[in-house]
Amino acid sequence: MEKMDKPLTKNIRSDRAFATLADYESTGGYQGLRKAITQLQPKEAQHWVKEAGLRGRGGAGFNTGLKWSLVPMDEDAAQTRYLVVNADEMEPGTFKDRLLLEQDPHQLIEGVIIAAYAIQASIAYIFLRGEYHLAAQRLANALLEARAKGYLGEHVLNSGFNLEIYLHTSAGRYICGEETALLNALEGKRATPRAKPPFPLVSGLWGKPTVVNNVETLCNVPHILHYGVEWYQSLGRGADKGTKLFGASGRIKHPGLWELPMGTPIREIIEDHAGGMRDGYKLRGFLPGGASTDFLLPEHLDVVMDYDAVAKAGSRMGTGTMIILDDKTCPVQMVLNLEQFFAQESCGWCTPCRDGLPWTVTLLKDIIAGRGRMEDLDTLSGLTRMLGPGNTFCALAPGAMEPLQSALKYFREDFERYIVGNIADMETA
Amino acid sequence: MAGIEIDGCSYVVEDGNNLLSACLSLGLDLPYFCWHPAMGSAGACRQCAVIQYKDAEDKHGRLVMACMTPVTDAMRISLATDQARQFRSDNIELLMTNHPHDCPVCEEGGECHLQDMTVMTGHTFRRYRGLKRTHNNQNLGPFINHEMNRCIACYRCVRFYNDYAGSDDLQVFGIHNNVYFGRFEDGALESEFSGNLVEVCPTGVFTDKTFSAHYSRKWDLQTAPSICVHCSLGCNIAPGEHYGKLRRVINRYHGEVNGYFLCDRGRFGYGFVNSPERILTPRIKSQTEITADAAGSHFRQLLKTAKSPIGIGSPRSSLEANFALRTLVGEENFFLGLEDTEHTLLNTIIELMRKGGIHSPSLREVEQADAILILGEDVTHSAPRLALSLRQAARNASFELAHTMHILPWQDAAVRNLESQALTPVFIASLCATRLDDAATNTYRGSPEDIARLGFAVAHYLDDSAPAPSALPDIEQSLALTIANSLKQAKRPLIVSGTSCSSLAVIKAAYNVAKALPGPDTHLTFTMPECNSLGLAIMGGKPLQHAFEAINKGLADTVVILENDLYRRAPGQHVDLFLNTARHVLVIDSLANKTAQKAELLLPSATFAESEGTLVNNEGRAQRYFPVYPAMEPVHASWQWLTNIMENTQWRHHDDLTDACAGAFPDFAAIIQAAPGADYSIKGSKIPRQPHRYSGRTAMHANIKVSEPARPHDRETPFSFSMEGAMAEVPPALLPVIWAPGWNSNQAINKFQEETGGHLRDGDPGVRLFEASGTLPWFNDIPPAFKPEQGLWRIMPLPNIFGTEELSWHSPPVAERLPNFCAFVNPLDAEALGVNSGDQIEISSLSGAFILNIPVEIEHTLSSGLLGITTGRPEFQSMNIRERVTLRKASPQLQDNSESQL
Repeated sequence: MEKMDKPLTKNIRSDRAFATLADYESTGGYQGLRKAITQLQPKEAQHWVKEAGLRGRGGAGFNTGLKWSLVPMDEDAAQTRYLVVNADEMEPGTFKDRLLLEQDPHQLIEGVIIAAYAIQASIAYIFLRGEYHLAAQRLANALLEARAKGYLGEHVLNSGFNLEIYLHTSAGRYICGEETALLNALEGKRATPRAKPPFPLVSGLWGKPTVVNNVETLCNVPHILHYGVEWYQSLGRGADKGTKLFGASGRIKHPGLWELPMGTPIREIIEDHAGGMRDGYKLRGFLPGGASTDFLLPEHLDVVMDYDAVAKAGSRMGTGTMIILDDKTCPVQMVLNLEQFFAQESCGWCTPCRDGLPWTVTLLKDIIAGRGRMEDLDTLSGLTRMLGPGNTFCALAPGAMEPLQSALKYFREDFERYIVGNIADMETA
Repeated sequence: MAGIEIDGCSYVVEDGNNLLSACLSLGLDLPYFCWHPAMGSAGACRQCAVIQYKDAEDKHGRLVMACMTPVTDAMRISLATDQARQFRSDNIELLMTNHPHDCPVCEEGGECHLQDMTVMTGHTFRRYRGLKRTHNNQNLGPFINHEMNRCIACYRCVRFYNDYAGSDDLQVFGIHNNVYFGRFEDGALESEFSGNLVEVCPTGVFTDKTFSAHYSRKWDLQTAPSICVHCSLGCNIAPGEHYGKLRRVINRYHGEVNGYFLCDRGRFGYGFVNSPERILTPRIKSQTEITADAAGSHFRQLLKTAKSPIGIGSPRSSLEANFALRTLVGEENFFLGLEDTEHTLLNTIIELMRKGGIHSPSLREVEQADAILILGEDVTHSAPRLALSLRQAARNASFELAHTMHILPWQDAAVRNLESQALTPVFIASLCATRLDDAATNTYRGSPEDIARLGFAVAHYLDDSAPAPSALPDIEQSLALTIANSLKQAKRPLIVSGTSCSSLAVIKAAYNVAKALPGPDTHLTFTMPECNSLGLAIMGGKPLQHAFEAINKGLADTVVILENDLYRRAPGQHVDLFLNTARHVLVIDSLANKTAQKAELLLPSATFAESEGTLVNNEGRAQRYFPVYPAMEPVHASWQWLTNIMENTQWRHHDDLTDACAGAFPDFAAIIQAAPGADYSIKGSKIPRQPHRYSGRTAMHANIKVSEPARPHDRETPFSFSMEGAMAEVPPALLPVIWAPGWNSNQAINKFQEETGGHLRDGDPGVRLFEASGTLPWFNDIPPAFKPEQGLWRIMPLPNIFGTEELSWHSPPVAERLPNFCAFVNPLDAEALGVNSGDQIEISSLSGAFILNIPVEIEHTLSSGLLGITTGRPEFQSMNIRERVTLRKASPQLQDNSESQL
């Protein structure tokens, strides 16, 4: 019962050794599962998680228990349902799930079993980023351990509940992190997102009701069941509940990942936990939730890391892992770097994303190469609207536009400097 | 129905439809690419953006994709607001960042949906300064060109090819703006429906390679409504001509028959019209060329001196031509010119269709079936377009499941995702594996007798007053029970059979099954070999064998053969004897063949592209085709040759003949309504075959004569051979070109339909001749089970889309796709014979008609005792006859791959 303020990382050791089943059980592991299976009906387990206020840690922030409660359960109890774990962590600057997967695999597995029990899924898939070799190895081993101990397979903990968990390592592509593209990839199809509706909750994997949850989300679940809703709610500092892994990368003194209560002010993360900016560098801005979130500025440091608070400031919580922009890094080049990634990773299904992102890249390259024109900034602004939410088939392009649109807003002079410099050069030539 | 408001106007539209389809059905112009009425919505191209308002107060609204938005009552939307217009224009701008500016040299130009949509959205100025991405193109075989740089990635090609048509060798590769639609490697597209890519692709990626070989702009093509002559389904086509050559065939939308799609035989088989094998002048003894007048006199003279001349009709010739011949020689002397077994089968089928009390469905109705039993047909090869419809029917269970899950039918990917959990029962009983097996829930392979016995057993399980086959093995019993249960539970069961296995028992079994399903929506359809097989059989006449007897016994001495190569119908020696015995042999045909070679007088007939006529498809629908361009003297339509020599005839025009034919047979009474006659005009004008942008007319023959030649008159049809005339309010049967202002591509069809994908406004062309009524008694003559005879095999011709049909052979691109000619045997038979795949096998007929050395292939799904033969090669026509043969491994010195007559 130690480190109760850091439930997610309590088993993570500084020597990088990972938690074995014995380690995991010694700190209360699989107690949440035992309670769920022996004391709670599936609907009650859903209710606990809903009441706890756990919101999806993959970026969208939807209430997890509420999501589960939308799975059709009553009509046909025997119907196949699937639970799918989105472990395809590929957002640039984001490495939170990796830590959880590599260091404490049983925490995820317990979360998966409880979630599967709550929605009465008899099959679960862990869709793991292909490059996470170590995580794959440790998960595979942990699954064997869990099965040997009766946590998995037929009659979980001697109950009537059966569950198989399959580990699927992805063949690659960022778009597989989009939940419906993930389902297509899992079915062996092209990783192209699906139209919604129908939502996966109604018609997901192979047309069956399916819940897709993020790794970190599911890692919260055992603790909610074990320690209770009230305890979980007490962990948050602001509107949102529980703890979260927050990260920071860039020219800060101590880049890294910390488990902190929801609602922790950004200033505290950057200045206290990351140790502030490296000597000689000043904070120019930051992407609070990974590559596909809007820039915030130093004036936003006192914003707290709650979903709604970050949104109110003009960005998104995203994955909660910040990328820091310092005063000696060119924001235009940083944006180009990001847009190149997104253009490369567009699945090619819808026009604005497929053809708009490469044009964005071309324009940014032209600007940086001194071939830019002032009207290119209008074209770029136009593209940020064209590729905005609702206009594209999935959220990839709107996400890609977030750093660009905020950079045009906050760092316009940096763009103009390239263009005006170009004009000045031409005049003197 | 739902009341909706679009840009301030109120409309009533179908509830639950998608907004794009609803807008187009209302006749509004809304651009789109990825949506296709037959394939539903994809949401990929984002071109059909509109503004949707929450309520009456909402001033701003939000942008939605019309194709992905269900219509709901009281919905308010705008197509016209600046925001929506701007988005659609910007979207085209994005598509154009990679699309080459090669319209002047692109074969799609002038009928390009992308061109039309670009103009429609108003995008005119290019801001993109970057490089365009480029691709390598592939050789996709003789039918289709590939120019990937033009691709706008609408995904229609793969959605058609993979999802709709069920083939998988065309795929999408790569990602982002480098997506590539092609094959894993160069090679001919495997699908029998690949030609539809030409029309499905909204721009010039997939174009018609056969058209390229003699390309002409769409606006320079002369076109008339026509009917495909390459199988019995009667798909509607729009052939295009320029400078006296048939340039291409494209689909002509028909709401009940072919819808949007054709098969590759129908689309690319037209080359026979331009073939060097065409008979272009009358000849005497296949040597002396004579004039048309001289030929007519000669014809008349021969008939005058002839002893009761007989006539042999043709299942690939029109009702009118056959009727003219029948009239010329008299009913008593008219023979159908069908292979004898086929003759019997067709007579039985007509009896069933008229008196059996079971509806014969159109292809649209086929697509509604919710349980299917196919008895004895490899439909993809015997009636290809039907296979495409059956493949759609096989999805009906997933549509039903989707309905219970509130997934709308046009939400294509979502419905398809349910396919693994909702299988429509499709049972295929055939001689060996078929191309449709992947859509089947169960397959059964056996001899015709075994297929028939299975069918009889199904009928018996459905209704125990139907006779049961004796001693049916358990495995067949249990399959028959499964089939019976599925059919019984179906609301719209469909039985498919036909003439392919030459078995009367199979056809009777099919009827018994249908009769045992008493529901009002039980359908029964038969495939037949040729475009007018049913029409000819309804007209009726004696079997070919009787014609042989009449000549051989000296009851008659002269024969007039209408468009028929008898060597395809009877064993070679029989035909030889017949033609040699007849004193005078007169042949009217369009292409050189073995029968034509033996004619004393050979008269050149016009093909479907240069003549008019009525054909009856397998459904019993009479449809009219019209000449696309005039036949070049001295070529005449067969009906003209025949009526010209008749003295005292009232038949001066084709319509007279049609009227007379309608009057002579009650079943043909309705054929007059198949299309308006030659006196039809619109405000005194004829309908132009040439579009109003027909260019350079005055220059076309300027190398020969500077003055513009007079346009030929067309006294036989409501069409003119010119660009002048009336194009508004043309009835569907007379629509030569589908065009609407701003819509130059085939997508203009939206403007002619009651609703997108629905019936043509003013009714789909053609007329059903009869509706089944009454009922027939159970068929009781169940054959015994097939038992291979020691040392004997029975020849079973296996139809092939490329080759089985006679005329399309002469199209060089189709000839490139002819199957390898070989014999198929069961593995056990192969072992007994000591042959492996690729070895030569010697086939000897018991009648002594032939000895043949051909390669053998082992076919696991073929029953022991059957010898499968790919049909199609002209040199092996005699193999079409179902004979018993002995087999042995060919000795090496005999491996010359040729036929030798004993």
